[in-house]
Amino acid sequence: MVELVWLIPALPLIGFLILLLVGSRIGEPRAGWVATTAAAGSFLAAVVVLAGLLGKDAHSGDRSYELVLFQWLPSGSLKVEAGFLVDPLSITMALFVTGVGALIHLYSIGYMHGDPKYSKFFLYLNLFLFSMLMLVFGNNLVVTFLGWEGVGACSYFLISFWHRRESAATAGKKAFVTNRVGDWGFMVATFAIWSALGTVTYTEIASSPAMSAAAGTAVSLLLFVAAAGKSAQLPLYVWLPDAMEGPTPVSAMVHAATMVTSGVYLLVRMNGLLTDDALLVIAVIGAATALFAALSAVAQHDIKKVLAYSTISQLGFMFLAIGSGAYVAAIFHVITHAFFKALLFLGSGSVIHGMHDEQDMRKMGALRALMPITAGTFIVGWLAIAGVPPFSGFWSKDEILLAAWEQKNIGPLLWFVGLVTALLTAYYMTRQVILVFFGEQRWDEDVHPHESSWTMTLPLCLLAGAAIVGGGINLPLVKEWLVLEHFLEPIFAHPHHFSSGTSTKVVLAVISVVIGVLGITIATLAWLFRRIPTEQLEPEFLENAMYVDSTYARVVSGPGTSSFQKAADFDKGVVDGAVNGVGAAVRKLGQLIQPAQSGYMRNYATGVAIGALMILVVLAWGLLL
Amino acid sequence: MEITTGWYLVLGALLFVIGGTGLLIRRNPLVMLMCVELMLNGVNLTFVAFAQRLNDIGGQTVVFFVLVVAAAEVVVGLGLVVAILRRQPGTTADDLSALKG
Amino acid sequence: MFAPQLLGFVSPSINWWALLPQMILLGAALLILLLSSLAPRRSSTTFATVTTLSAAITAYFVSIGLWYDVEREGASSSIASAFGVDGFSIFFTMLILIALAITALLSHHYLDREGIDPPEFHALLLCSAAGAIVMAAANDLVVMFLGLEALSIAIYVMIAMHSRRSEARESAVKYFVLGAFSSAFLLYGIALTYGATGSTNLVHVREYLDAVVFRDQHMLMAAMGLLLVGLSFKVAAAPFHFWAPDVYQGAPSPVTGWMASIAKAAGFAALLRIFFAAFASHDSDWSPVVAVLAFVTLVVGAVMAILQTDVKRMLAFSSISHAGYVLVAVQSASNDGTAAALFYLFTYTLMVLGTFAVVGAMGSDDDHPLTRYAGLGRSKPLIALSLTALLLAQAGVPTTSGFIAKFQVISAAVSNQSYFLAGAAMVTAVIGAFMYLRIIMTMYVVDDDESGPSPVWHWTTSTVVLGTVIFTMVLGLVPQFLIEFAEQAVPILIRG
Repeated sequence: MVELVWLIPALPLIGFLILLLVGSRIGEPRAGWVATTAAAGSFLAAVVVLAGLLGKDAHSGDRSYELVLFQWLPSGSLKVEAGFLVDPLSITMALFVTGVGALIHLYSIGYMHGDPKYSKFFLYLNLFLFSMLMLVFGNNLVVTFLGWEGVGACSYFLISFWHRRESAATAGKKAFVTNRVGDWGFMVATFAIWSALGTVTYTEIASSPAMSAAAGTAVSLLLFVAAAGKSAQLPLYVWLPDAMEGPTPVSAMVHAATMVTSGVYLLVRMNGLLTDDALLVIAVIGAATALFAALSAVAQHDIKKVLAYSTISQLGFMFLAIGSGAYVAAIFHVITHAFFKALLFLGSGSVIHGMHDEQDMRKMGALRALMPITAGTFIVGWLAIAGVPPFSGFWSKDEILLAAWEQKNIGPLLWFVGLVTALLTAYYMTRQVILVFFGEQRWDEDVHPHESSWTMTLPLCLLAGAAIVGGGINLPLVKEWLVLEHFLEPIFAHPHHFSSGTSTKVVLAVISVVIGVLGITIATLAWLFRRIPTEQLEPEFLENAMYVDSTYARVVSGPGTSSFQKAADFDKGVVDGAVNGVGAAVRKLGQLIQPAQSGYMRNYATGVAIGALMILVVLAWGLLL
Repeated sequence: MEITTGWYLVLGALLFVIGGTGLLIRRNPLVMLMCVELMLNGVNLTFVAFAQRLNDIGGQTVVFFVLVVAAAEVVVGLGLVVAILRRQPGTTADDLSALKG
Repeated sequence: MFAPQLLGFVSPSINWWALLPQMILLGAALLILLLSSLAPRRSSTTFATVTTLSAAITAYFVSIGLWYDVEREGASSSIASAFGVDGFSIFFTMLILIALAITALLSHHYLDREGIDPPEFHALLLCSAAGAIVMAAANDLVVMFLGLEALSIAIYVMIAMHSRRSEARESAVKYFVLGAFSSAFLLYGIALTYGATGSTNLVHVREYLDAVVFRDQHMLMAAMGLLLVGLSFKVAAAPFHFWAPDVYQGAPSPVTGWMASIAKAAGFAALLRIFFAAFASHDSDWSPVVAVLAFVTLVVGAVMAILQTDVKRMLAFSSISHAGYVLVAVQSASNDGTAAALFYLFTYTLMVLGTFAVVGAMGSDDDHPLTRYAGLGRSKPLIALSLTALLLAQAGVPTTSGFIAKFQVISAAVSNQSYFLAGAAMVTAVIGAFMYLRIIMTMYVVDDDESGPSPVWHWTTSTVVLGTVIFTMVLGLVPQFLIEFAEQAVPILIRG
């Protein structure tokens, strides 16, 4: 049954092709159903492959199956196959990508109702799913890179989907620019690995002898640059908050549940190469990102911006886990996060939909009576992300905090940062729930909030169920309950084991629960009972995400700043952001050499003559040496 | 004093450099064409000098090919220059700079 | 053959079969000129196009035959070793013939629209194609020079044929003066090679350099430098690239496509044959210089491209940065690198011809502002999609042939341990992507009330665009056959 793996990416591809050919003809809602069927079929295929994989012996290495389609690149000593690798890691990723993906497809049928580009939206969604599955199943770095570029391009198209909005087009460009930096890291890492190990195939990399420490660290850091671009880590995260310009299902699927976790996947996949020095860097940056993004989330007013910064913060947690060597905890959190963050985003989409495209939380309030299902499921997501047991987020976050505690260089510090982040997370999520669903009604008279249709609420209910019980796949303390850990174990070069005793574990868990409850309490006092003056809780500094974004905008790219203004003068179209985004340095360099292109042929001839002299001088110099 | 091959080579190089410099500093398109011819003739002289030193007929035959190519080039070049001068009399090389950046 | 023998001259053996492709092309050129001058009225475009196409196709079949000959009997050379008959020359012959057929198709509608005389244009096109083939196949530097001049002089006139436009006149003069200037450098390089090694024949040069412990290094170095200058100009490598943007912008679009593809390919063919094949024993001398050129070219091409607002100038700088990638492959001075360069040139030629097919159809050549493409995604979705595919291929996005080409070039550089250059190539690929992205965004990102342009389409253009897009996409998935083709086409120098 494992041989059926090709079906998993093939189904979304077929869906994409059908929509490409007849999408606009079959129109709404059939186009949506085609895409949803393809995604659901892909999920079923993944379940079948999982069943096949489970039927094989766990320890003899049988649970790693390669399906080579054809020889893609036979270039000299570098051979690259177009092939799939099925192993516990890739199938775990595929299951939640297709599962959550299918639910979000279903949700979009209702959410995109009446959009003039209805079928095109589903076309992009299916293409995205296909690319994501190529990324996950590729049996070597080059095929993964193909998926990597594919998801980047789809993300870019989907952010700019409503591109009549100026800001949507700009945000799309921002995502493209930062992602290209990550892509560069990926490319260089690929060639560096090939040059050091002579192969880019995962199974061969895993069995290769170790690189020298310096080379290993360099490769690890390059991989981390790639991962940081895709997974929005400091300092490459600037694009993710802006990416919320896209339709909400896109935010849920691409920018919360799936694509942004591909950086985590990449690092876990390459776990054998990561050196201790690199892991420390990853842990520190992960922790810093988690804290920084949580601080920024505290003062946002836009319902989706809160969730966007929260996503960055949770991704920081995952990198903290990787940096601490706890790869299973990272993947565990990827999965639970996919459940509850997709739930929260879809819930916020339901609110936005019901409120007629209102996104400002200051104009909401008391919606729970009018949107009971949305409110109920959103509260489940809130409890999960806040780390309240027994919801799924508690288990995975607790494992990460434990791993951070045990990190051998600066463990307690990382743990403390994680704890503060957990406090902030509980706080800002509570604030959001209260602002949206409780308190007094603050919307205008002419707005009539309503509950969404079943295609939107059904995915919410299913995701809420998953967010409640999702932690069950990896429960601590009893060894047999660590299902995910045992399942993933074969893929790790150095399996990670927690060294702390049961009492330490329990104490740490109790502390994190207390911290979570504390955050919830503060927020409740402040926002529901108004016991704490809220003005002091959201200083302007935090609201503007510590001005990092605008500083970036001033230096590198972004809307509304002086450099952007210059670019707008330079080219009246909407495309200047891309050019601008390359960075002032590149433009400066260009403007520096542009005068040489003066139009005077005698200057050009001088260029030829000078070039000739230089070449002769260089050659003569070579003779002298 | 005996005139060795080296002298011819130096003369050829000088002609080449003079032609090249002329092309860089003169504005009149016709003079620029003549400068290119000067460069080619410098090369021709070099070929003949080497043929003499190597005692090889090949270098001398090359000169004929070069002359033919130069003639063909001049035909096209003059045609282009005349086409431009007829429309805009007194055009210099520096006037042809609308395409730039 | 009596007369030459009477004079004590033995005519060298000539493999007429191997010369057939370019003889067919020249014959077709003469035929077109002759028949059109005999015809009473202004001759039809169709006649010229059909003749050129049939000549290209016939010659292509001859080259296929030649390829199997070479595979069976091994490489050889003809006319006193002046003309190589090897995989390399046939590879380029085929590439040039494909480009010739495409350019003939593209010019068909263009010549009618712009009122240019078809017979002269086609005759010149055929001559320059023959020149390009000679240049790629020449085993003798003088023959190579003749091929280069036949190619270039024909192109000077082709640019200037659109004489009503001052841009065309300006770019023709620019290309002519600078081209002649750089040819003089090339010729001087040939003269010094002759002086240093005693022959202009590459087979002889190679044997001489392999056998002799060389005393006259200075002259050989100067020769290599000057040859490099002349050929770098043809392939538009920085700092010899200045002409390219101006000339590409001013020239008629089909001619621009022809220059960007074939003039460049032939230049690289000569570069590879001279430096990789003949100066192989001195690769430690020339390879670093080529590496520096490659670096400068990559940077200039990528950085300048993003400052442009005219689509033809954008593509000109993009073609400069493509030259940089091929130079990265050339400097590795290895069989892998040369095969990578050949693969790159083949895929690049088809991409760039497809791109200029769209550009040419987008209307008048006076200027090509980016804004003219605004909304093409709405008014002509299929064309916009095709152009997107071609531009993504030029950017080197996976599943296109451009990705495979860049991948091979960079892996050749890595295996040659040119890590810095490989890294630079990757950075410039990232920077360069913005320029392509900008064109794509302009086509798709428009306001609702804006309607896109609706250029007039001729079926010849659609055929070319469709063909090049299919080739580009298919090759991105199954590149193996072209990779093997390129590996068998690495140049060899054989006395014959």
